[in-house]
Amino acid sequence: MKLSHIDKLESESIHIIREVASEFVNPVMLYSIGKDSSVMLHLAQKAFYPSKIPFKLMHIDTTWKFKEMINFRDDIAKKYNLDLLVHINQEGVLNNINPISSGSKVHTDVMKTQSLIQALDKYKFDAAFGGARRDEEKSRAKERIFSFRDKKNRWDPKNQKPELWNLFNTKIDQGESVRVFPLSNWTEIDIWQYIYQENIPLVPLYFSKIRPIIRRNDMMIMVDDDRLKIKENEKIEQKKVRFRTLGCYPLTAAVESDASTVEEIIIELLESKYSERQGRLIDNDQIGSMEKKKQEGYF
Amino acid sequence: MDIETFFQNQNSKKQLRILTCGSVDDGKSTLIGRLLFDSKNIYSDQLSQIKIESEKYGTQGKQIDLALLIDGLQAEREQGITIDVAYRYFETEKCKFIIADTPGHEEYTRNMVTGASSSDVGIILVDATKGILDQTKRHTFILSLLGIENIIVAVNKMDLINYDEKKFKDIIASFKNFAGEFNFNLQKFIPISALVGDNVFQKNTNISWYNEKSLIDELEGISLNEPLEEEIFSLPVQFVNRLSSDFRGYSGTITSGKIKINNEVHVFSSKEKIKIIKILTPKGESEFAVKGQAVTLTFDKEVDISRGDLLCSVKNHNYFLSDQFASHIIWMNKEQMIPERNYIFKFINFQTIGKITDLVHKININSFEKIASKFLNLNEIGYAKVALNKNTIFNTYKNNKKLGSFVIIDQFNNQTVGAGVIEHELRRASNISWHQMSINKNLRSSINGQKPCVLWFTGLSGSGKSTIANIIEQKLHKIGKHTYLLDGDNVRHGLNKDLGFTDVDRVENIRRISEVSRLMVDAGLITIVSFISPFKSERKMARELVESEEFIEIYVDTPIEECEKRDPKGLYKKARSGKLKNFTGIDSNYEIPSSPEIILETKIKSAEELADEVILYLKQYNKI
Ligand SMILES: Nc1nc2c(ncn2[C@@H]2O[C@H](COP(=O)(O)OP(=O)(O)OP(=O)(O)O)[C@@H](O)[C@H]2O)c(=O)[nH]1
Ligand SMILES: [Mg+2]
Repeated sequence: MKLSHIDKLESESIHIIREVASEFVNPVMLYSIGKDSSVMLHLAQKAFYPSKIPFKLMHIDTTWKFKEMINFRDDIAKKYNLDLLVHINQEGVLNNINPISSGSKVHTDVMKTQSLIQALDKYKFDAAFGGARRDEEKSRAKERIFSFRDKKNRWDPKNQKPELWNLFNTKIDQGESVRVFPLSNWTEIDIWQYIYQENIPLVPLYFSKIRPIIRRNDMMIMVDDDRLKIKENEKIEQKKVRFRTLGCYPLTAAVESDASTVEEIIIELLESKYSERQGRLIDNDQIGSMEKKKQEGYF
Repeated sequence: MDIETFFQNQNSKKQLRILTCGSVDDGKSTLIGRLLFDSKNIYSDQLSQIKIESEKYGTQGKQIDLALLIDGLQAEREQGITIDVAYRYFETEKCKFIIADTPGHEEYTRNMVTGASSSDVGIILVDATKGILDQTKRHTFILSLLGIENIIVAVNKMDLINYDEKKFKDIIASFKNFAGEFNFNLQKFIPISALVGDNVFQKNTNISWYNEKSLIDELEGISLNEPLEEEIFSLPVQFVNRLSSDFRGYSGTITSGKIKINNEVHVFSSKEKIKIIKILTPKGESEFAVKGQAVTLTFDKEVDISRGDLLCSVKNHNYFLSDQFASHIIWMNKEQMIPERNYIFKFINFQTIGKITDLVHKININSFEKIASKFLNLNEIGYAKVALNKNTIFNTYKNNKKLGSFVIIDQFNNQTVGAGVIEHELRRASNISWHQMSINKNLRSSINGQKPCVLWFTGLSGSGKSTIANIIEQKLHKIGKHTYLLDGDNVRHGLNKDLGFTDVDRVENIRRISEVSRLMVDAGLITIVSFISPFKSERKMARELVESEEFIEIYVDTPIEECEKRDPKGLYKKARSGKLKNFTGIDSNYEIPSSPEIILETKIKSAEELADEVILYLKQYNKI
């Protein structure tokens, strides 16, 4: 029997997940509800089958996620009997930090990065799984699978520990932590192929449907609730759209698409000329912005 | 397109992990950028971003700089170099590639090693305008050390030398000249231009004299060794799944061979045999599983198995359970490697404290010569003996990469400071039983009422070692004891006449003498060894070959000024005038023993008196 490319990636990821469960005292899996998180969760379930996943899952809720994402999250948690924590940066809420008037940069920083750091500190997690892939963005392509964070949760890209074979350095001091990326070597197409083969449930937003959108900064933004104030020169259109990545709805661009099944998405992807991160406003702030965010503690 | 056919195609593609390496600016990142570009694995938004950046940081004027696609860190783009390894993904009709772009800078060798460790194929770039450089050699050596069997030497920037065939051939010749002994399975040479794209995907009329395959065709044609039918099964236990009360399974990734249900396997540490009842693979419950799969197994019996243990075939396995081995080590930290210092040694499913007891030699990356050294500095490679605090299950790297490799972690700052590949196990006694001789050393030596031992004299040249050793031998002979004196002359002229005075030869010299003295002790003799033996590590090696009470280290303590005054052979004078290099005490270090059994101070007492002190010691310790 010969293992396919996907089989190899699958076993590699399971190995990584088990390694964390063996070597760390208090790991957590960051669950962002997106497709990569869904695959990661699926792999974690396989890693420990028939037992339950021996660590908690955590969602950093910015309060601006699509409604469908939150519903999906709660359904999945119930269906699989997951140990799910939801953390919201209450300080940010009190200060009315939001993606529209505070701007994407401040909002992401306070409600995502700082919120995550708050939660990691609060629960004293020593390892946190993230669903990031190296093919997403060029600074991610540089990151180790076990990526060290100092006491202030910072990443030092110029001083990463060598990572040979699949021998992972799991030694850390009190207060330090490690971010672990089991999907490092998966590409977007691998993820979709796996979702198809394994029949992994996804938030419906990935699939094309008629949705209310407005056009803003050359992007199509979905009107998910009435917090998105429609400006005078804008009008709500009903468009057949879907999302390639999911985040805070005012910051996530929809793409016009007819793809309403996983098969159709894959075919669309193969013909696409644009990368998935294009749909994210936060990456476009400046050259090297992802690297900066990661240094500050962003996933 | 039909989706099922698409998946079938995808699933039949082979996965290849490759890396690019070579010296600074040879064009590694540019080549990967080119591969991504020509295989149409770059999206147009990425391309337009690169165009903007090329104007800002690019090295190719207004043209797009493909290296910027890969050099993802801000510092890399600003400096125009690669600092850390980047992983990129692209595919062709036949292959899925995971490609590691590694830095050429010597300072970042550890990142090159990181990229190389998991690769199947190495592309070594050579800048056609510069030829083979030190880093080319270093990287080639590292690839061979890490057991990478397939290499492609891509002679790049052919556009800058007018596609000159002769220059290309010259580079091939000098590459073969130094890499001849590395034994790569596959070794190909391709003239390319990463910048223009010649011979990367497409063959080009610019290089009409080159009739072989383009780089991508060559890569696609590489076939990796599939596991042999009879390969030994092994699975290092990674995780014990006892999370629910009614289930007990053992999880890990199969590192060699395959298994079926009802197979018997061995629990390596306890030697117990157990039968496989269930195999849970990522695809669900299965009749069998193969190398590379992450599985969970259940067995017919409840036995004690924990993380760190190994499950393997009952027959013919070739694993070791030992606390010592010899290995090549690459040092990756600014703080140098110090023998005898405790470090954490991390193996695939186990970690323990251990130390490097002896650095046998280090390797000169230019000439590949073995040189004596006590330390390894950043990016240096050496051959060393390792002793662990606990017995560990391992194999040689050659037999099983997963079970024959380890990393070294600093206990105090948690840095990954080194990595090693195991060459062979030491203390074979635990595995191979020596042929038991019916006459042993106790019987041999009891005849004349002596206990065999080594009197190991160490001290500066001219300190008086041989003089004292000689008197002792005479005194012992007089009272009917069997002795043998190993001295420079009788060894150098016979056994070691092939050895000179380079550092490597010195280490080998002492090694042979140590082995000979061990045999002589075994023969029941009081063995007197008289050599400068300046390094602690060599003396320690000699000490460890015999029983601890059999080794008597005698430090002949004469201040260097005194030795120099005596200068019986006129050697100090020569050394001072520079005619003699590496002379101990002058331009080569003498390490004073920290706890010798006996210290003889020649400034205070005569040789005769000192010899008596040693005889007295032998009596006190019941040696004679
Ligand atoms: N003329 C010419 N220039 C090239 C070619 N390949 C690369 N270069 C140039 O050589 C310079 C170095 O290229 P890089 O790809 O950054 O080199 P590298 O080997 O990745 O360098 P490090 O990673 O820092 O060791 C850049 O200016 C490239 O544009 C080539 O085939 N022809
Ligand atoms: Mg480079």
